[in-house]
Amino acid sequence: MADTVVYNYTAKDFKSDQEVRWCPGCGDHAVLSSVQKALAELGIPKEKFAFISGIGCSSRFPYYMDTYGFHSIHGRAAAIASGVKTANPELSVWQITGDGDALAIGGNHFIHAIRRNIDINIILFNNEIYGLTKGQYSPTSIKGLVTKTSPFGTVEEPFSVGELVIGAKGKFFARTIDTNVNLSTQIYIEAAKHNGTSVIEVLQNCVIFNDGIHDIIAEKEVRDDRTLILKHGQPMLFGKNNDKGLILEGCRKLKAVKLGENGITEKSILVHDAVEPNPGIQYMLANMRYPEYPVALGVIRSVDGPTYDRSVQEQIEGIKKTAKIKCMDDLLKSGSTWSVG
Amino acid sequence: MRKKSDVIEREEVVIRFSGDSGDGMQLTGTLFSDTAALFGNDLSTFPDYPAEIRAPQGTVGGVSGFQVHLGHSEINTPGDFSDVLVAMNPAAIKANAKWIKPGGTIIYDEGNFTEKNIEKAGYEKDPISEEKLESYNIIAAPISSMVKEALKDFGLDPKSVLRTKNMFALGMVYWLFDRKLKYTEDYFEKKFRNKPGMAEANKVALRAGYYYAETIEALNPTYKILPAEIAKGTYRNINGNSATAWGFMAAAEKAGLELFIGSYPITPATGILEELAARKDLGVKSFQAEDEIAGICTSLGASFAGNLAVTSTSGPGLALKSEAIGLAVMAELPIVIVNVQRGGPSTGLPTKTEQADLMQALYGRNGECPVVVIASSTPSDCFHFAFEAARIALEHMTPVLLLSDSYLANGTEPWRIPEMKDLPKINPPFADRTETPFLPYKRDDEKLARSWAVPGIAGLEHRIGGLEKTVKGTVSYTPENHEQMVKVRAEKVERVANEIPDLKVYGAKSGDILVVGWGGSFGYLITAVRELQEQGLKVSLVNFNYINPLPKNVKDVFSKFKKIVVCELNLGQFADYLRIKHQEFTYEQINKVQGVPFTVNDIKEKCIKMLEDK
Repeated sequence: MADTVVYNYTAKDFKSDQEVRWCPGCGDHAVLSSVQKALAELGIPKEKFAFISGIGCSSRFPYYMDTYGFHSIHGRAAAIASGVKTANPELSVWQITGDGDALAIGGNHFIHAIRRNIDINIILFNNEIYGLTKGQYSPTSIKGLVTKTSPFGTVEEPFSVGELVIGAKGKFFARTIDTNVNLSTQIYIEAAKHNGTSVIEVLQNCVIFNDGIHDIIAEKEVRDDRTLILKHGQPMLFGKNNDKGLILEGCRKLKAVKLGENGITEKSILVHDAVEPNPGIQYMLANMRYPEYPVALGVIRSVDGPTYDRSVQEQIEGIKKTAKIKCMDDLLKSGSTWSVG
Repeated sequence: MRKKSDVIEREEVVIRFSGDSGDGMQLTGTLFSDTAALFGNDLSTFPDYPAEIRAPQGTVGGVSGFQVHLGHSEINTPGDFSDVLVAMNPAAIKANAKWIKPGGTIIYDEGNFTEKNIEKAGYEKDPISEEKLESYNIIAAPISSMVKEALKDFGLDPKSVLRTKNMFALGMVYWLFDRKLKYTEDYFEKKFRNKPGMAEANKVALRAGYYYAETIEALNPTYKILPAEIAKGTYRNINGNSATAWGFMAAAEKAGLELFIGSYPITPATGILEELAARKDLGVKSFQAEDEIAGICTSLGASFAGNLAVTSTSGPGLALKSEAIGLAVMAELPIVIVNVQRGGPSTGLPTKTEQADLMQALYGRNGECPVVVIASSTPSDCFHFAFEAARIALEHMTPVLLLSDSYLANGTEPWRIPEMKDLPKINPPFADRTETPFLPYKRDDEKLARSWAVPGIAGLEHRIGGLEKTVKGTVSYTPENHEQMVKVRAEKVERVANEIPDLKVYGAKSGDILVVGWGGSFGYLITAVRELQEQGLKVSLVNFNYINPLPKNVKDVFSKFKKIVVCELNLGQFADYLRIKHQEFTYEQINKVQGVPFTVNDIKEKCIKMLEDK
């Protein structure tokens, strides 16, 4: 037991000496503090954390963390984080990204990191807009959004983050709202504990260029009725009085219902299974949109599977055990050689 | 028994195997050169194949060739013209007619010279007479029918039988050069371990060719090439891509680091990734990325995490990696980017050689973005320069761009195997745990390298990134700070010149012409210059391996010659670079951009003309 070290960190231990430069009122401030709280509770020594980001407002994040950090280039954080984790699987690697960084310019790296199931934690700040370049539409902007580059409204379908993650064979997907610090902290802790790529979509507010985009579900008066906080093994209940829930209608479609109406009792309500490998229901949950449904928050999918970084390590260790070539001199002398003189 | 009088001794000989891209010419050439190397010849090889895996059969575009130059003395090129051409079809004659030495030997497969194939190759009736090759030593061998006959009792399907044609031809060539079959037969045993029938069929075809050549008189005289007098040691054949991969592994071992390669397959660089992917026994982590950008970015992540990180590519891939190279310059992380050059621009000539990515390597990035640029010059010295590139990257905390080319990547030559104890230890500037607070951009006085603090060490937590920083690692837009950092990054690269070797002059230190080359043209240039020197001409050679920074003695060397002639496989990129760096000299140029190396004759004739013009 002598080897067990207890780390008594507080959120403050993860604050760097840099002045935080996000706009006042930006949702990023709350994300930063949720992450710092979560890290303090993980029991991982501080020097094992590496925060990797791309470009965008959220990507300034690593500067504000007193951990190892690498602020990279637009869209490439997933690839850089993949390299960090593969090189040293002992590190706790976090990728900080936004809807443009991860899903537009970095879309390719994003889906492939997920497909490989590299054990990194991806926090995707989704404000449905390009903030750092001052207000152009993003791949998650709602169709018809008027921005500086879509003065007559966009004509593009937006990505749904959860749909994309599950489509890319994702094994962990969660969603939270920037302002809900307690829920966010819990989700970050679960994401960190999950072995494999964890994607957390944060519905984040850009106070300048897309202000209030999530208000319709996030405002205090309505949020209980318009969001559903999922917990594994618990019935999918929501509403101010916990009197609404989800059922499976005709075995293929979710339906929001009210307890006590049409013979619905708590027993009729679906129980959330985040660890079910078949993503069918999780996929439907991830795609729920208000007003037909409440928007699902919490850990939607969390399925175990082999990770890329460990598999690479194990393959090397396995081959080394029986290998005839143990060092460069062995290799240099192997195969067809001949001597002169 | 061979009659002695029939045998002529030769200093050197060039053989070219040529056929359809499905005819197995690369394997045939490789087996022949391995056999020659084991016998003790010095040699150089050049595979030449189309980009299409199976181009339309029988067409000139689909011809795949493998040239071997072997000798009793030092061999530096695969040779300009071949003494012996093995042509598996009429298209092979078409593609090679002008590259056969007058009076040389042509062995061709009579069975494949059908009306249809002759027409496909663009001939009317008789390729030999239409090319005016009648006076050559022509051997029309019925290879197709002979293998059918030899293998009739093997129960193989007709396709498999015809697939041994190349081995029949190889058997003939072995007899012609008086070589033993053992190495090749051992190869069959290994290759067809689970198909003993195929091993035996190939052996029979090989021997059938050998005995056929012995039987027909047309093959007189045969050639004898004595072993070369080469330095004592243990040798192996190696190509440039393998040597590059091995150089990185050697550097990792000498630095005590794990080796990581993030890369995306691209011709002609893929061999480096394949070679490293196979070396799990030495702990290499290979990451086949989703694209070129992820190739370098995963490597950069691995570098941040403390690995020796490399990425391999060719020209179009280098273009995609530019932004990430800029990040490596800004973050001051060690990484080696190998560019195995091919014909460009765009997709260009994917399987052909060129040296036209020099400016891209030096300047192809946004901002003031200097990197160290090094070029390998022979297939085997790719090992040394890969090691050097890694050493400089690690000790100076800088990206290094290593230039190879298609000719080096695929060409092979015998290589005296080094011992690891003779290679220098590599000492990266790891940050000291007591350096708190850790300042990421604090530098050592001598090299200006920053310290490398690898995640996992308590107390050294820090942030780096693509934004301009102060010494403390704080983001800064201060005008003076930016200019200072731009200058210090440039100076850091310049200071690498303090520890690279002086430029070596091949020949007299002064004279009429200094032939200047860089990278992979070395073999042709040294051969041409030595032949000119033998004719009594005052011509010397320098060949640059260190491009940025340049060696310190350039001015000293250049000033002793009347003319400086820069020879390169592009329109004059290195000449232009020298015009920037050493404006005090006038540069003449010999250039070639045909996707193939120089010929020794090209260089000799042009040098002689320049001497006459003086």
